[in-house]
Amino acid sequence: MKGSPFRKTAFWVFHYTVIGLYVVVALFPLYWLLKVSVTPNNLLYSEGVRMWPSRMTFDHYLSVIHHTDFPLFFRNSVIVAAGTAVFTTLFAAGTGYAFSRFVFRGKFWLIGLMLVTQMFPLVMIIAPIFRMFAPLGLTNSLTGLIIIYTAFNVPFAAFLMQSFFDAVPRELEEAAMIDGATRFGALRQIVLPLTMPGIAATLGFIFTAAWSELLFALMLNSKQDTTTFPVGLLTFVSKFSVDFGQMMAAGVLALIPVCIFFFIIQRHLVQGLTAGAVKG
Amino acid sequence: MTVAIDQSMAIRHRRAWSSRVLAVSEPWLYASPAVILLSAILLVPLAIGISYAFRDIQLLDPMSGGYVGLSHFSEIWNDANFWNALRNTLQWTVVSVILQFVFGLILALMLNRPFPGRAVVQALVFLPWAVPAFLSGLNWAWLFNPVVGPIPHWMVALGLASTPENILSDPSHALWGPIIAIVWWGIPFFAITLLAALQSIPKDIYEAAEIDGAGPLQRFASITVPFLAPTIAITLLLRAVWISNSADLIVVMTKGGPADSTQIVASYIFTQAFQRLDFGYASAIAVVLLVILLVYSALLIFVRQKLIKAG
Repeated sequence: MKGSPFRKTAFWVFHYTVIGLYVVVALFPLYWLLKVSVTPNNLLYSEGVRMWPSRMTFDHYLSVIHHTDFPLFFRNSVIVAAGTAVFTTLFAAGTGYAFSRFVFRGKFWLIGLMLVTQMFPLVMIIAPIFRMFAPLGLTNSLTGLIIIYTAFNVPFAAFLMQSFFDAVPRELEEAAMIDGATRFGALRQIVLPLTMPGIAATLGFIFTAAWSELLFALMLNSKQDTTTFPVGLLTFVSKFSVDFGQMMAAGVLALIPVCIFFFIIQRHLVQGLTAGAVKG
Repeated sequence: MTVAIDQSMAIRHRRAWSSRVLAVSEPWLYASPAVILLSAILLVPLAIGISYAFRDIQLLDPMSGGYVGLSHFSEIWNDANFWNALRNTLQWTVVSVILQFVFGLILALMLNRPFPGRAVVQALVFLPWAVPAFLSGLNWAWLFNPVVGPIPHWMVALGLASTPENILSDPSHALWGPIIAIVWWGIPFFAITLLAALQSIPKDIYEAAEIDGAGPLQRFASITVPFLAPTIAITLLLRAVWISNSADLIVVMTKGGPADSTQIVASYIFTQAFQRLDFGYASAIAVVLLVILLVYSALLIFVRQKLIKAG
């Protein structure tokens, strides 16, 4: 870079200040969640704006784990999010592969169809889905939620998977096919191992999305044993609106799995989108 | 002899035919699970939902279900709550998208330049996106709450308010609560997308421009902006649609209140369906929202095509 050393220093000071601001703004709300969750009830109001309570407690966590249904909600959410992630990635990998490696009649319309599903207000299909699912026994059911969430997430995941497949050179599978492998064999033995990071990113991304969904879970499941974490947290808020410590402890617990996932996958996500952007 | 030749030709012919069928159908084999699922779970309900708009569908009334023609739509026309929600949707969408875009672009430009600690910083600033939207809503609702949150007290300290009060219970400013929450939550999405686009710009173009004597601002205007433009257009389109459709933050933070001051069309649909159980009317509003969004998307794509042709 050109310019005097002074300008260079000024530039980096500015750069790090702005970056620092972003980090603070991004993390502060999460920090506050954590702070209130470990504040004893009797200090909650007297030390309301202190940055860290003078005494810490894990009582809120213990009572959330032992005296509420949150462990059950947590289990339900893990099942729904993991099931959705697996099925979505499987379906999206097939579609993404077809988009990436074939030119075929109807491709244009298929892409159009996928875009349209991203356009319309999802609240619009709540009522029909409810009417369709109730006689099939898919309301008050975790399977029902997995089916819907998979359908929501397949289009975006398919485009994501397509960009990961696009990044794998065609010559590799063509060579394998000349050596006698079928296309599916080449896909399984050569392309899939190379797209593993992309598949992991997609899995993690869909897991976070399914973990967060609230409205359909709220509408379709009313029984306690199929309640997911978001719905549980929301009813908790409206029921015990005074117990902030417990609510925030539950909130922190809800954050842990998604934050771990996201921390690991976010770099692959940027790389995946870059690979796609180069082509398109 | 001839029989054998005929047979082998027939086999070859059959094989060619079957491989042609395979070649045509193979992409569909890979795509079919997704196509079947999308049709059954999204398109069929969408069609049913549109038909509900013209029918009287009350969940708790078994006698309902008759066709009512356009009466839901004339009801919407005279529904002051709907027009209020539409105005709020416009404000909510425009303000949120612009703020997310501006802050996301700045962040992406910052992260595009290598510096020590970038990997960690990137993981940290992208973290809000991993926070479930409803939880981001709850979290901000707590931050705005003077009982446990610091923000009202900071506002007093800065002289912006005389007493620590909850912005979410003030009808004239309440919409800013969910807007701040969704901007905080959505900045990483724009940053990730724009960063990916930035990293796909070939580096040698910048070097060539620098050799030719182009300054940083000039390089930004004549290389970065044109390269980013397609990504920006498509991201703005999809995000605006998505934000105007997303009701969960509002439902969680304010339930549309106080006095409907934060009710957007999407949350209004949800209240109609969920609280009044009036699926017919809710579907009719959803159809109106869908038409508005389709017109908006068509306009944006049209403008984009014009720009591409002009450029």
